[in-house]
Amino acid sequence: MHELSIALSMIEMANKECAARGGARVSALHLKLGSLSGVIKEALQFSYEIACQGTALEGSTLIIEDVPVIIHCSTCESNQLVETVQDLRCSKCGGTNSHVTQGRELEVVALELEGAKAVVS
Amino acid sequence: MSSTPRLVEVRQNVLKQNDVLARALREQFEAQNVLVISMVSTPGAGKTALLEHTLTRLRHNGLRVAALVGDLATENDARRLARSEAPVKQIVTGTICHLDAEMVQRALDDWNLDELDILFIENVGNLVCPSSYDLGERLRLVLMSVTEGEDKPLKYPTIFNTADIAVITKMDLAEAVDFDLVVARQNIQAVRPGMSIMEVSVKTGSGIDGYLEVLTSKLDERSALMKTN
Repeated sequence: MHELSIALSMIEMANKECAARGGARVSALHLKLGSLSGVIKEALQFSYEIACQGTALEGSTLIIEDVPVIIHCSTCESNQLVETVQDLRCSKCGGTNSHVTQGRELEVVALELEGAKAVVS
Repeated sequence: MSSTPRLVEVRQNVLKQNDVLARALREQFEAQNVLVISMVSTPGAGKTALLEHTLTRLRHNGLRVAALVGDLATENDARRLARSEAPVKQIVTGTICHLDAEMVQRALDDWNLDELDILFIENVGNLVCPSSYDLGERLRLVLMSVTEGEDKPLKYPTIFNTADIAVITKMDLAEAVDFDLVVARQNIQAVRPGMSIMEVSVKTGSGIDGYLEVLTSKLDERSALMKTN
């Protein structure tokens, strides 16, 4: 299980952003999680809660956006949303010359900060 | 000061640090003309047995080979691999279930890569966590043994999808465990369309020549690329 170390990296990243923007605490973290990221959602939620303790993220919510897999087939030049990660073959031409263009995401998209100063440009 | 939470955009890959380091390692490996091949599988699929055999055979063929091997707790694998007389270094990961780019970089600190043709990296036995970490390798081999069943690729699609070559090991036991090779091949093709698949048995030696030819052909590709540049 590597979700705890993933959660710790997310929190480190969020802590830095929070401090840089003068925030007091993070109330939510928005994450994009691809079906082929290799990270298990439930394990990440569990690890996140533990890893947040004693940080500016304690008690915050982890909001996960699931990102489905899209493949590009070089044989028939089509992009397709795949229904299951158990079958990544081209459903249009049956070709095996395809690659994943979406679905590996593991990305912190946004934070909800409390006590952050308004940005003055 | 308002207490209403403010949404700020971050857009950062969580594994950015690892990816950046892996990219730097890959560039370094290319610059020093060393082919880096990693191996992933479940514990017990036969990574160490295949690697020991691979190192011995390639050394015998005059290639300069070496290996890094990851393990949670022991140095047993390094001792086994050292019988090949190739340079071997163990990375004991402690409680960590995978290798990452930093561990590879640290392990290579006192090695001169210019003196190598092929560097093998044997990952910790695990089909989940290693899939998230790029090690800077040029080829990733995923091993599955016939005793694990034909549906392994469907259970762990992510790791199969990140690999370049699938190696089915312990083929000498295939009949004894009613292993269905056709179904296994279909399952691999479903999760990683177009992936090349090799079947080997370290015990009987079947398939090993072809497997070694494929690995060394990647070395030729590398040299050809260097000459044209």
